[in-house]
Amino acid sequence: MSAVIDDHGHEGHAHGPAKGLMRWVLTTNHKDIGTLYLWFSFCMFLLGGSFAMVIRAELFQPGLQIVEPAFFNQMTTMHGLVMVFGAVMPAFVGLANWMIPLMIGAPDMALPRMNNFSFWLLPAAFLLLVSTLFTPGGGPNFGWTFYAPLSTTYAPESVTYFIFAIHLMGISSIMGAINVVATILNLRAPGMTLMKMPLFVWTWLITAFLLIAVMPVLAGCVTMMLMDIHFHTSFFSAAGGGDPVLFQHVFWFFGHPEVYIMILPAFGAVSSIIPAFSRKPLFGYTSMVYATASIAFLSFIVWAHHMFVVGIPLVGELFFMYATMLIAVPTGVKVFNWVSTMWQGELTFETPMLFAVAFVILFTIGGFSGLMLAIAPADFQYQDTYFVVAHFHYVLVPGAIFGIFASAYYWLPKWTGHMYDETLGKLHFWLSFIGMNMAFFPMHFVGLAGMPRRVPDYNLQFADFNMVSSIGAFTFGATQIFFLFIVIKTIRGGPPAPAKPWDGAEGLEWTVPSPAPYHTFVTPPEVK
Amino acid sequence: MATHEHYYVPAQSKWPIIATVGMFITMYGLGTWFIDMKAGRESHGPIFFAIGGLIVAYIMFGWFGTVIKESRAGLYSAQMDRSFRWGMSWFIFSEVMFFVAFFGALFYVRNITGPALGGEGPKGIAHMLWPNFQYVWPLLHTPDPTLFPPPKEIIDPWHLPLINTVLLVSSSVTVTIAHHALKKGHRGALKLWLALTVLLGLAFLMLQAMEYHEAYTELGLTLGSGIYGATFFMLTGFHGAHVTIGTIILFVMLMRILRGHFDAEHQFGFEAASWYWHFVDVVWVGLFVFVYVL
Repeated sequence: MSAVIDDHGHEGHAHGPAKGLMRWVLTTNHKDIGTLYLWFSFCMFLLGGSFAMVIRAELFQPGLQIVEPAFFNQMTTMHGLVMVFGAVMPAFVGLANWMIPLMIGAPDMALPRMNNFSFWLLPAAFLLLVSTLFTPGGGPNFGWTFYAPLSTTYAPESVTYFIFAIHLMGISSIMGAINVVATILNLRAPGMTLMKMPLFVWTWLITAFLLIAVMPVLAGCVTMMLMDIHFHTSFFSAAGGGDPVLFQHVFWFFGHPEVYIMILPAFGAVSSIIPAFSRKPLFGYTSMVYATASIAFLSFIVWAHHMFVVGIPLVGELFFMYATMLIAVPTGVKVFNWVSTMWQGELTFETPMLFAVAFVILFTIGGFSGLMLAIAPADFQYQDTYFVVAHFHYVLVPGAIFGIFASAYYWLPKWTGHMYDETLGKLHFWLSFIGMNMAFFPMHFVGLAGMPRRVPDYNLQFADFNMVSSIGAFTFGATQIFFLFIVIKTIRGGPPAPAKPWDGAEGLEWTVPSPAPYHTFVTPPEVK
Repeated sequence: MATHEHYYVPAQSKWPIIATVGMFITMYGLGTWFIDMKAGRESHGPIFFAIGGLIVAYIMFGWFGTVIKESRAGLYSAQMDRSFRWGMSWFIFSEVMFFVAFFGALFYVRNITGPALGGEGPKGIAHMLWPNFQYVWPLLHTPDPTLFPPPKEIIDPWHLPLINTVLLVSSSVTVTIAHHALKKGHRGALKLWLALTVLLGLAFLMLQAMEYHEAYTELGLTLGSGIYGATFFMLTGFHGAHVTIGTIILFVMLMRILRGHFDAEHQFGFEAASWYWHFVDVVWVGLFVFVYVL
């Protein structure tokens, strides 16, 4: 590393990437690191997906067929943890790494070595987490929300590794978020004022703020668990004057902003994609920025809507109920703006647009079931049923995941220099769309009828809907292997992509050639 | 924003990956150690923890050393300086939020859990769990004294903690005086006031250690003595850890100043250290008020 002190370091930007494996291990290049994040995220998506396949296989029929209940619990827990921390969050950080410097005309991320550190901590964290499945007592089995005392007094030994894995993920996220904030606030090209930034950059700036604010709270939460387990403190034990409900407050103070961390960047990406394929500028740019900021603010004062049945005072129930419903206002502004952007546009439906339009429609459905859950007295009925599972899968799968798919197809030409196969892309979309709705829509019905979540067996009356769900889930899962094939095919070849493959697209990223050169905007562009 | 041309993007670096390996070994070792300790087994955890810790210490020297060398070689622009400033500010914000979690826990158990366990309010039905429990903060009686034996007494805020408050607040003043001396180029005064700051930090840590010793040996105030002990030791303990880190950082700054680093224009490292120190000081004031006095 001392080699950079010579002149080489001053003007060494012209050369391309290093050769071999060490290019990826030692890299400080935002595009390399973005690629690493995206591949890591996809691996975790398949791993977390395979856990879901185990869950759906067990639930294909009532009765216990395939796995032990204890292992089933590990599967639901690990599915949630891997998808949230391993698939969705790193995918958005990968997109941020690739696109933010290109969108604001920056030479790289602000702190390139720390950027590499943020990435490599993630494989380490997941090695620690996933390896617990092979320990004698089994992996974490207390649900991804790891409520105390399930996760303290009654937890398997491996909970300690889980805690340290969460610490590593938290450190990674905080460093990644600090990098994003520093890049956006300090590395914009001349003329790129804040209110000229693409919405993906705006939503990521706000997401990064949320990450820096709540990941340390999660760290505090697991630290209290660690102390309760190993050092006889009584944070979550009423016998010493503590409170298990305290766990839920601390956890959801992290957990609710966390769900917006997983959706705001998708909002931003869709806000680029819909105008591109509508061939119209985004309707209501300024209101989009303010709506995003409002959602972020509100996300800090609604956490107890996850805890309506825990016995909070009536005034608390009312406050958290109304505050939660208030989120529908800025979210409604966003949906209105996306629809108005399409209104009287010259629409074409290439794969990114298909995913983006499905995003708007299906995320709205997830939002509506969220409104139903926000009504405290009604939530008393829905609590811990499959209705909740249906709700959050409707905001996460066609929300976050479709947002990521839309982004991937939209920017694949820029990343690889090749056009993906449009027919295969559309096939991927339709199979995902059908599979996902088949998997999750029936969950609304079985949930309202009272089927509890996180249980490997169920009453006979839920059998048909569960079988439909499982078939849908298998379809959706298999389709993602197909997506892997499409991406690899695009990397290896295909029609060469022009600098700007989408005629309605706007932004600095389309001013550089496809594939984007290893170093871009070494001298910043002038933004009019 | 006009000085984009010279934004320094470092070439490949070995430090992050070594840091990752070090962190992984540290975390694995610590986890294994704790698990085996609880199960009463022999453990290879401490060895892994020690190896990981050494690797982390090595990369701290190496990585920061590289940054210092690059900075001294003039590779960093004013824009780079701003990136560092944003980075440090947001890092301190994240630290604030870490303490918020523990302060939040303290306020929650004092104002909601305690009264409920004592039989007050709409959740007072919790009183039936331990009918003999009466809620008085500080908690000299825990609901279940056999599981969580309560402390005999708590630390008197007006002795050691008051002295510590004076020490730490003064150290914030001395580090600011040192900073002004640096800006004016008074190297002698700078060294003197910075050394004094480090000494005040060390004195604080010594008194804190004495206080812990007293708590454990004489007052029966331990991590296991109910929620008072838990919140007391976690809040003051994490604060103490941050004072330790802050003192080390200031000591490194002192060493760098003795070697002639920093001038009126180039002083981000020093400023970051002093920001961190002020943060630690502010947290202490919160602790003194909410943990010791009230």
